[in-house]
Amino acid sequence: MKYSRYQTRPNSLRRFFVKGLIALPAAMFLSATCFAATPPTAEINTTGLAITDDTVTVGILHSLTGTMAISETGAQEAEKLAIKQINDMGGILGRKIEFIQEDGASDWPTFAEKSRKLLVKDKVAAVFGAWTSASRKAVLPVFEKENGLLYYPTFYEGLEQSKNVIYTGQEATQQILDGLNWVAKEKKAKTFYLIGSDYIWPRTSMKIARKHIENVLGGKVVGEEYKPLGNTQFGSVINKIRLKKPDVIYAAVVGGSNVAWFKQLKAAGITSKKQTLLTISVTEDEVLGIGGENLEGFYSIMKYFQSQDNPNNKAFVAAFKEMWGEDSVIGDVTQAAYLGPWLWKAAVEKAGSFDVDKVVAASEEGDIELKTAPEGYVKLHKNHHLWSVARVGKWNKDGQATVVYESELLEPDPFPAGYQ
Amino acid sequence: MNFVYEKLMGGKQGFFGFLILATLILVIFPVFLDIFRLNLVGKYLTYAFAAVSLVLLWGYGGILSLGQGVFFGLGGYGMAMFLKLEASSAENTKIQSTPGIPDFMDWNQITSLPWFWEPFNSLTLTIIAILVLPALFAFIIGAAMFKRRVGGVYFAIITQVIAVILTILIVGQQGFTGGINGITDLRTLNGWDITSDNAKYIFYFLNAFLLLVVIVISRFILTSKFGSLLLAIRDKEDRVRFSGYDVSNFKIFIFSFSAMVSAIGGAMFTLQVGFMSPSFVGIVPSIEMVIFCAIGGRMSLIGAVYGTLLINFGKTTFSETFPELWLFLMGGLFISVVMFFPNGLAGIWNDYGHHITDRLPFGKKPKKVESTQSVEEKADESTA
Repeated sequence: MKYSRYQTRPNSLRRFFVKGLIALPAAMFLSATCFAATPPTAEINTTGLAITDDTVTVGILHSLTGTMAISETGAQEAEKLAIKQINDMGGILGRKIEFIQEDGASDWPTFAEKSRKLLVKDKVAAVFGAWTSASRKAVLPVFEKENGLLYYPTFYEGLEQSKNVIYTGQEATQQILDGLNWVAKEKKAKTFYLIGSDYIWPRTSMKIARKHIENVLGGKVVGEEYKPLGNTQFGSVINKIRLKKPDVIYAAVVGGSNVAWFKQLKAAGITSKKQTLLTISVTEDEVLGIGGENLEGFYSIMKYFQSQDNPNNKAFVAAFKEMWGEDSVIGDVTQAAYLGPWLWKAAVEKAGSFDVDKVVAASEEGDIELKTAPEGYVKLHKNHHLWSVARVGKWNKDGQATVVYESELLEPDPFPAGYQ
Repeated sequence: MNFVYEKLMGGKQGFFGFLILATLILVIFPVFLDIFRLNLVGKYLTYAFAAVSLVLLWGYGGILSLGQGVFFGLGGYGMAMFLKLEASSAENTKIQSTPGIPDFMDWNQITSLPWFWEPFNSLTLTIIAILVLPALFAFIIGAAMFKRRVGGVYFAIITQVIAVILTILIVGQQGFTGGINGITDLRTLNGWDITSDNAKYIFYFLNAFLLLVVIVISRFILTSKFGSLLLAIRDKEDRVRFSGYDVSNFKIFIFSFSAMVSAIGGAMFTLQVGFMSPSFVGIVPSIEMVIFCAIGGRMSLIGAVYGTLLINFGKTTFSETFPELWLFLMGGLFISVVMFFPNGLAGIWNDYGHHITDRLPFGKKPKKVESTQSVEEKADESTA
C-alpha cells in the first residue's frame, strides 16, 4: 500500500498517551487529520480544487436535451454507475465522489460555457463528458486554458492528443484497420464502397480506410459518398451500390440517419444474404432505433459489445440494469464512459494527489491498467489513449451482436504515419 | 444638447432608459460579477446586437427576418478566420502534412490556403470584411426581393431558407469552413492572448461600448425622418409608395444596416467565446434572436437588450440548477412573459416607467393624464 505511513497510528497513539494529559488535545487533533486512512487535503490538493476532507467533486457534462441526448444518455448513466461503485468501495483517497451535472444541450457553445463553469466556478477535479468531436473541439481550449482534466468516451478520428484529455474510446486506426483486415481475409473482399455522414469523423476514418484498402490490402474503392448529418434519403447511393456491386459496403453513417439507411437498404433487397456490410458507427444504442431485423447479419466493428462473455462484463451489465432498468442497452461508448472514473481513480491513487498535473503525469507513465474493464482489459498508453481490442460483431434479430472476431491488444496511434 | 437629447436618446424616457442600461452594463455588472459571469454576460450582449437589429427591421420596418443568424454567423466567421490563420502559423502546425494552414484543412486533404481565406491574414481587411460583407449580402438579397415587392411571410420564409442553405454549405464544405465543428482553438489576436482574464475584461467593455453606440445610432435613425417613413411603410406600404417614395430602397437600407449590426455582434462573440460554429447560423439561433427581441418588446431598442439578458440568464440559471428540466422552465418563462406583458419588457417600462422619470428633477412636464397624481406627489415632496 502506498499510504502505509498512515497506518502506524497505534504506536504513535500509545506514545501520546504516556506523555499525559497535555498531549491529549494534540492527539485528538492528529487523529482528525492523519490517523484516518486519508491523507490531509492540503497535501493532495495544492491547486484549489473542490476537495474537502471527505469529498471530491467532479463534473459530468453530456447532452441531456437536444438531438444528441439519445446517444449521450448511456454515457452519463455509466459514469454515474462507476462513481457510485467507487463510492461504495470507499471512494478515492478516502474521499467520496460527488458530481455536478451540466447539460451540454447538443450545442457546442453550451458545452464550452458549461465546461468553463465546471472548471472555474465549481473547481471540479475532473470532468467526464463530451460525445461528438465537435463538442470535444469546443471544450478543448477551455480545458487547456484552465488546466482541467477531461475523460472523453467516444471512438473518434484521432489526430489529437491534449495534455488535458484522456481518451477512453478508440482512435480511428484501432477501429478501422483490423476490421478491414478481417473482412479482406474472411470474406475475400476486394472491392469496397465507402459511405458516411458528412463531418470530420467519417471523413478521417474513410481516409484511413481508403489508404489501408489501396496500399495494404491491394483492394479497390469503387465509391465514396458522404451524406449530410440527419439525411434520410439514401436512394441514389443504394442505386450506385447496386450498379457497382462492391464486395463490402463500409459504412460510417451516424445518428438518426442510420434508421433510414438500413431500412432503405432492406427495402431495396440488399440484405446480409447477398451483401457484406461492415459499419463503424452502429452500437447497441443505434440498433435499438434501427431495429435488429433491419440489420440482421451485418457486421459492426467496435471494442465492446454488450453480449461479450466474461465475468467483468456480466457484473457490469447486471449492475447497469439494476441501476438504470432492465430494458437498458449498453453500447460501445457507454462502456468507454464507464472506464473514465475508474481510470481517474487509478491515476489519482498512483499520483497520491488530485492535482491535475500530477494525475496527468501518473497517467502518462503508461502503466495504468484496468483488469476489471467490461471489455476485458485496457491499459492507458502514455499518449493518453487506451490499448484496446477490436471486435467484430454480427448483429442478431434481438438487437444484440455475436462477437465473431477479436484482435490482439492494439496500440493506440492517434497520428498514424502513412495514413495522414 | 437638444439634438443629443431628442434625436440620439429619444426624449426623456428614452434617455433614462439608456442611462439605466449604460449604468447596468458598464458599472453594475463589472462591479458585482466575477470574470466568469461577466464573460457570460458579454456573450449574451453579443446576441443583443442581433436583437437590436431586429427591433429596427421587424419592430419598426415590419420586415420579419428569420435569418438574422446568417449575418451574426458571417461576422463571427470573419473574425474566426482571421484568428484561426494567426493560430495556424507554420510553427504551431508543424505536425501537419501541410504546415501553415488551419488544421481542419489539413484533415480534409487540402494542401494550400483557399483564395478567399487570403484577405483574412490582415486585421484591417478582416474588420472591413466583417462590416461590409454581411451588409453587401443583405443588400443583394434585399434588392432581389424588395424590388420585386416580396414581403411579409414570403420574406420570412426566404430568409429562413437562406439560413438553412448557409448551414448546409458550411457543414458540407468542411475543408474550407471547418464543417460542423466550426472554427475552434482561437487563442491570440495579433499575438495578444484573448483567453486571459484581462482580455476578457477589455472585450466585455468594448462590446458593451459598441452596443451602446449601436443603440444611439439606431435611435438616431428612428427619430429621423427615415424612422417615420419606416413606420409608415410598416403600416401602409402602398400609401407611402403612392406618395412618391421608393419603398424598396428604404427596406434594403434597413435590412443591410441590421445585417451589419448583427455581424458586429457575431465578431464580438468569436472574440469572447473563442470559437465559431455553424450552430449560430441556422434556423434555431435565428428564431431565438427573434424571441429575444419579442420578449424585450419589439418596438424598444433598449428592451431588446433586456430581453436578451433575461432569456439567456434564464437559460444559464435554469440549466445549471435543473439540468434535466430546464427546457420546461424556459417554456414557462416565455408563456408568462407573453401572457402578462404582451408588449414585452419594454411594455412594463412604458406603462410604469414615467412614474419614475416624472419624479426626477428635469422631467416635470406630465405627458399623460394618469401621471398627474405622480406630479402632485412630486410637488408635495419638494415642499416638504
